[in-house]
Amino acid sequence: MQRTGECFEPQLTAFTCSYCAYMSGDTAGAMRIQYPATTKVIKLPCTGKTDARYIMSAFEDGADGVYIIACPIGNCHHVRGNERARARVVHTKKLLDQVGLGGERLDIFFLSAGMGESFAQAAKEMNDRIMRLGPSPLRMGGKEVGAGEAGEQKNGGDETGEQSVEATQ
Amino acid sequence: MIVAEQKPLEEIKGVLGDAENVLVAGCGTCVTVCLAGGEKEAQLMASALRIASRVDGTPIEATDVTVQRQCEWEYLEMIEAEVEKADLIVSLACGIGVQTFARHFPDKWVVPGLNTTFLGQPEEQGIWTEQCQACGNCMLAMTGGICPVARCSKQVQNGPCGGSEHGLCEVKRIRRVDGVPVMVKGRGGRMMPATEDVECAWHLIHDRLKEHNRLDLITGVQEPKDWTTSRDGGPRRIVREDLILMDEE
Repeated sequence: MQRTGECFEPQLTAFTCSYCAYMSGDTAGAMRIQYPATTKVIKLPCTGKTDARYIMSAFEDGADGVYIIACPIGNCHHVRGNERARARVVHTKKLLDQVGLGGERLDIFFLSAGMGESFAQAAKEMNDRIMRLGPSPLRMGGKEVGAGEAGEQKNGGDETGEQSVEATQ
Repeated sequence: MIVAEQKPLEEIKGVLGDAENVLVAGCGTCVTVCLAGGEKEAQLMASALRIASRVDGTPIEATDVTVQRQCEWEYLEMIEAEVEKADLIVSLACGIGVQTFARHFPDKWVVPGLNTTFLGQPEEQGIWTEQCQACGNCMLAMTGGICPVARCSKQVQNGPCGGSEHGLCEVKRIRRVDGVPVMVKGRGGRMMPATEDVECAWHLIHDRLKEHNRLDLITGVQEPKDWTTSRDGGPRRIVREDLILMDEE
């Protein structure tokens, strides 16, 4: 069943590194900054661990959009992990185009630990984008919500429903 | 090692036919090292086929399995159970692995997921270059370890030719990214493949021999190369009688 626009609640999966990126989520929480409650955060040791298989798996398991949050370029704890993530995102976008999901459903953001506002902004940007694109063609049906309820807000930090990547394997 | 690259997904989808259970078979040797058909790539390919088929409205079961080497019977015997369940196998091995697979499982339909490209080495991360053409008559002792058969665009035996300038060959290579030619606007606005420079193998050979004070190796004129050990005699075969087990009497 295909639904578009405001009639569905997007499911977003965010892969973050455990350094700057995850900390920016904590900062968002500490600052009580609101962002869409549609994001599930999965912590990676470093975004250099980003793997096209994780991204594809997220889509197969029902995500409408996936994004990676990495340290700013030049500031990776593991020197160039975020650059590796960026290259893999570019590659996986092409793959998503080929399989018919569309590369627009995937993106990467580079945030430092203090950028709580930008963390929330990234979530809002992805949420808005997926609302515009509609549900993933793989989802037979999402949770029906009214237009007013779509994109329910929540605080950042510990309420993000985060998982560790180990827990998903 | 054997270097290969993945075929476009569209091409692979096009040869699946009516198969409902597809097994993507990876190979754990050369194509794992060149990141084209190892365990990771097999898992990713299976995922891509599952997603693409669901998007197209005709979902298929796509699973994956990887063996150490698809070019040897012993390893294929280990996955007979997985193969048995499949209607079709997408082999992510080199052409040797695909053929071995097809011979070992004659009642199964096997299609290649890779284009086997050349014998080469990883130049740097993400870049592989051709180094050998398996001509069957190695002449690297004369050329200082640089192969004019594989690395000279014209396979010249007495080089360099007149097309060598400043260490570069007059033949330009079509620039490819992910196997696809990069197109640029040419004269008259027509789109044409971008090209890149190729090193002159004989220039490299000369410099290396000079460095080792062995230029004497190439001062003489080489006789025409004996190509009968190469492809000229059809498919090749090696027989080692010291390794063949005789039938028990």
